[in-house]
Amino acid sequence: MCVGVPAQVIELLEASTRQAVVEVSGVRRRVDVSLIVDDDGIGLSVGEWVLLHVGFAMSVIDEEDARRTLELLTLLGGDNEDFAEFSTTQPG
Amino acid sequence: MKFVDEYRDPVLGKLLLAEIESLAGDDEFKFMEVCGGHTHAIYRHGIEQILPPGIELVHGPGCPVCVIPMGRIDDAIAVAETHGVILTTFGDMMRVPGSKSTLLEAKARGADVRMVYSPLDALELAVRTPEQQVVFLAVGFETTAPSTAVTVRNAKARHVENFSVFSNHVTIVPPLQAILDSPGLKLDGFIGPGHVSTVVGLAPFGLLSDRYRKPIVVSGFEPLDILHGIAMLLAQLRNGRCTVENQYSRAVATNGNRRALAAIEEVFELRPHFEWRGLGFIPHSGLRLNPAHAEFDAERRFEVPGIRIADPKACQCGEVLKGAIRPWECKVFGTACTPQTPIGTCMVSSEGACAAFYNYGRLSQRRGAIPVRSR
Ligand code: SF4
Repeated sequence: MCVGVPAQVIELLEASTRQAVVEVSGVRRRVDVSLIVDDDGIGLSVGEWVLLHVGFAMSVIDEEDARRTLELLTLLGGDNEDFAEFSTTQPG
Repeated sequence: MKFVDEYRDPVLGKLLLAEIESLAGDDEFKFMEVCGGHTHAIYRHGIEQILPPGIELVHGPGCPVCVIPMGRIDDAIAVAETHGVILTTFGDMMRVPGSKSTLLEAKARGADVRMVYSPLDALELAVRTPEQQVVFLAVGFETTAPSTAVTVRNAKARHVENFSVFSNHVTIVPPLQAILDSPGLKLDGFIGPGHVSTVVGLAPFGLLSDRYRKPIVVSGFEPLDILHGIAMLLAQLRNGRCTVENQYSRAVATNGNRRALAAIEEVFELRPHFEWRGLGFIPHSGLRLNPAHAEFDAERRFEVPGIRIADPKACQCGEVLKGAIRPWECKVFGTACTPQTPIGTCMVSSEGACAAFYNYGRLSQRRGAIPVRSR
């Protein structure tokens, strides 16, 4: 639960919802970005990477770091719950 | 040094290790890694085996599932068994033993318990099933508390009346203080938790360096991050410095995440006391919904027994969480207590020290440095 998953921002939804669609290893999901963007949506752009924790983007990270973490999680397979839950549970 | 070859940048790994060796010399050091994610990485990458023998890493209380006392699981089961309730929680929580059963077993008996990825999924479930009461069993440190806070804020804005939170959120500094206050364990410093710090920043850890004179280096989760963190701790000790440093600056800002802190502030308040598994009651260490959000507090909405249950006699999770014993020193480790049949919480979550050692211990054993209890 603690480690988090890097995800790439695919689409920013309306500023009023402060949600975005992100992708992790080909799986897309709608997540909350209100903890890292301003009310007017400033602070995040499509293509950037975020560290995702229980459906919330917690910080913007650089691409290199994101790729490395992701590679590690994928390589190590099913033992990361965040990663498994992101991919297998149904969005609400 | 041979195992460093597996690391992403073996050259850097060897440099760091050489630095650690020269700083450590023949002296002994004991560092606590606070975060369960670090514990997991340390066992998985066999980091202890490549360190000089004088450096010992002990595991701290930073696995949020591991610190939940049995009584709270019993309370959650009582809520789940209330007529018309759907109890939602993270996967790990389903298998934590209460005094009589786990949530998974309560589900098998007929309670409606569902696993969610995010508290937002629980809220959406409430919106979709207005005739049911949806309760989110919340756990986690300051990393997770903002997510619950934003979800409650959304529930309030959308007037979702059938949603509530059973909060078991905890804060990271009070248990570290409790460990430093308890006699016996001599620690030289802390490898600080990477992701909690993305929220709280560096300031709260000042208590450890100022009052207790223990250096702390907030570190990332890659093997090289952890080695770098250890080298930074040693450098502080050797140079007579004692402060909070940030190895993980690529994700952690000095002041943390102000929006996340504001969300916690808006929705939660500190409880006077909260019980931790193995550590007992720690003042001002748990979060509950504040009066302005009391309507979303499951503990007010439902009958909660609130009975304190002592940890099972065989279980030494408390000692493991305090760093007083290593996982393999628990009498039931690997025999009565395994990830399939956990007796204690540290065996449930993969971030728990016992599960991490159980899963990766074989690797370490092959490398020959970790003593394993004969059985
Ligand atoms: S082996 Fe089981 S009972 Fe013993 S400390 Fe670990 S989790 Fe607790």
